[in-house]
Amino acid sequence: MRDALKAAWKNLRRKPLSLAGLGLLASFGFIAAAAPLLARPAPNSRDPYLIPQDGYSSDPRRPDARHWFGTTEQQYDLYYGIVWGTRTALSIGVKVVFVSLAVGILVGGLAGFYGGWFDELLMRLTDVVMALPSVILAVVVVTVRGPGLDNVVLALAAVSWPSYARLVRGDVLTVKEREFVLAARALGAGDMRILFRHVIPNSIYPVLVVASLNTGAVVLSAAALSFLGLGAPVGYADWGQLISMSRNWILGASGSPLAYWHTVVIPGTAIFLFVLGWNLLGDAFRDILDPRQR
Amino acid sequence: MAKFVLKRLAMLPLVLAGVTMLLFGLFQTLSPESRASLYIKDPRQLSSLEAVIREHGLRDPFHKQYLRWLRKVARGDLGYSETAKMPVTEAVRAFFPATIELSVLAFIPIMVLGVWLGTLSAVHKDKLVDQLSRFISITGYSLPSFALGLILLMVFYGVLNLFPPGRYSLESDIVVHDAAFNAFTGLILLDSLLNGEWALFVDALRHLVLPAATLTYITMALLVRVTRSSMLEELGKDYVRTARAKGLSEAAVIAHARRNAWIPVITIASILFVQLLGGVLITETVFAYPGIGRWVAQAALQLDVPAVMGVALLTSSLFVLGNLAADILYAVVDPRIRFK
Repeated sequence: MRDALKAAWKNLRRKPLSLAGLGLLASFGFIAAAAPLLARPAPNSRDPYLIPQDGYSSDPRRPDARHWFGTTEQQYDLYYGIVWGTRTALSIGVKVVFVSLAVGILVGGLAGFYGGWFDELLMRLTDVVMALPSVILAVVVVTVRGPGLDNVVLALAAVSWPSYARLVRGDVLTVKEREFVLAARALGAGDMRILFRHVIPNSIYPVLVVASLNTGAVVLSAAALSFLGLGAPVGYADWGQLISMSRNWILGASGSPLAYWHTVVIPGTAIFLFVLGWNLLGDAFRDILDPRQR
Repeated sequence: MAKFVLKRLAMLPLVLAGVTMLLFGLFQTLSPESRASLYIKDPRQLSSLEAVIREHGLRDPFHKQYLRWLRKVARGDLGYSETAKMPVTEAVRAFFPATIELSVLAFIPIMVLGVWLGTLSAVHKDKLVDQLSRFISITGYSLPSFALGLILLMVFYGVLNLFPPGRYSLESDIVVHDAAFNAFTGLILLDSLLNGEWALFVDALRHLVLPAATLTYITMALLVRVTRSSMLEELGKDYVRTARAKGLSEAAVIAHARRNAWIPVITIASILFVQLLGGVLITETVFAYPGIGRWVAQAALQLDVPAVMGVALLTSSLFVLGNLAADILYAVVDPRIRFK
C-alpha cells in the first residue's frame, strides 16, 4: 500500500492537472471546514443549513455588496447556499461511499470466500441490481421512501455497491488461496476471523481507491436528484436545489435575456469544480492502477 | 454461433424474473395502507381502507402478490398513471417515441465523435489533440447536465432565439393534430418526412438540437476514454509493430488496431444507449421535452407509483436486452468468444 501511495504521489507531481484537482479538493475542504466563519448563520437560526432569506420577492437579485453571489427566487442568498452546500456535498459523498463500500465489501467478501451456490446467489443478485439503469433505480428508491437527503444517500448507495462487490470478490478469490490464509487456518482460526482479519484487509485497497474517487460522480447524481425536487427540502443549502430555485428566470427580464445568469452559472460552477477536482485526481489514480497503460 | 445465442437467450427469463422481483419487492416495502391508496379514487372510500386491502390481497404473501402482479403485467395492465391522466401502457406509447427520437439523435454523434476523438487521442498520445480531447471528456463527465442545459437555453433560446425548448412549436402542434397528418411511427422527424411536412421537420429538429447536444457532451466522455485506452493497448502490441515494420501506411495500421479495439467499445456503447434512456430524465425535464424521462420525474414527485414502476420495468428490460445484444455482437466481432 505504501508503495502504491508513493507511486501515486510521484505520478501526481508529474501531472499538473492532478495537482490542480488536489488543490480544488483542498479548497472545498477548507470552505466546508470554515463555513461558519465564511458565511455566518443568523444568530437566531435553528439550523445553519437553512439558507437565510432576504425578503420574499420572487425576482432574483443580481450580485452586489450585500449578496456577493446575488439571490435566487424567493431571495435565498446564493453565497450562503454555496458555502454551506459544500458541507452538504461532502457529507453526501462520504456517506454514500461509506455505505456502499460496507455493503459491497461484505457481499463481495462473503461471496468470494465461501464460493459455491452462495457465491452464485449473491453474484446473481448483484447482476440484477446492475441490470437496472442507475438513475431509474435511484428514482424508484426515492419514490418509495419519499424525498429527502437521507433517502438520496440510500438510493445512491443502493445503485453503487454492486460494482464494488464484484471488485472485492475478484480479489478475495485470489487472496484466499495465499499461504498466510492456510497458515491462519492451521493455527485454528475460524472462518470469520480469517475473512475479516486476513482476507478482506488484504483485498480491499483497490476498491477503497475506486470508491473514494467516485465521490465526484456521487455528488453529481445527488445534485441531479435535488434538482428534480427529490432531494433536499426547500431552503436547505444544497447545490442542486440552488439551481432549480430560479429555473423560472433563465430567460431573464424583458430586454436583457442574461439578467439572471448568476442563478445558474454560480451554483453550476460550484458543482462542476467539485466534481472536476475528484475526476482529475481519479484520472491520475486510474493510470496508476491500470497496468495496461504503464 | 446459434448455440451461443441460444444459451444467452435461455438466461434472459431468469434475469428478467430477478429484475421484476427486485422492483416489485422495492414497492412492497410500502405499507399495505399506502399501496391501497392507489386504488382509492374517492375520499369516501377511505373509511373502508381495510376492505380495499382485502379486496386486492395486499397482505398476501410476497410470492402470491408477485405472481398476481406479473400476470397483470403480462396482460399489458400496468395500472393508471395519475400524472399522465391515462393508463401507464398508453402513456408509454405516447411518451416513448419522443424519448427514442432524442436518444437516437444523441447516440449517433456520441458514437461517431466518441470513437473518432478516442482514436485520435490514442494515435497522438500526449500531443495537443490528446490533451484537448481529454479536456473535452473530463469536463463532460464533471459538468452537471441540468446546469449545462439551462445555460444553453439561456444563450440559444433566450439571447439568440435559435433553439427553443419543448418538442415542437405551437404552429407545428396544429399540423401534428390535423386529421390529414398520419402518425405512422410517433417519431416526429420520420412522420414529418413521410407526410411531406418540411416545415415541421425543421421545427422538430430545432427543438431537438439542444437536448441532443447536452446528452452528447455529457455521455460521450466515457466512450472517448474507453476507446482511447483500448486503442492504446492495441497499438502497443506486436502485430502493430510488425505491420509498421512491413511498411504499412499509418492509416492501415490504425485500421488494424481499431478492429481489435472494438470489443470494450461495444460493451460501453450498448450500456451508453440504455443509460441515455435513463439520463433523459434530467435532460427532458430541463428542456420541457415531453418524453418518458420528464413524465417519470414528475411521477416520482407525486408518488405516482404505477408510472415509476412502468418506466423502471421498461428501461430495465431494455437494459437487459441491450446487454444481450452486446454479448451477441462480441461473438460476431470476435470469434474467440464464440468458440470458448
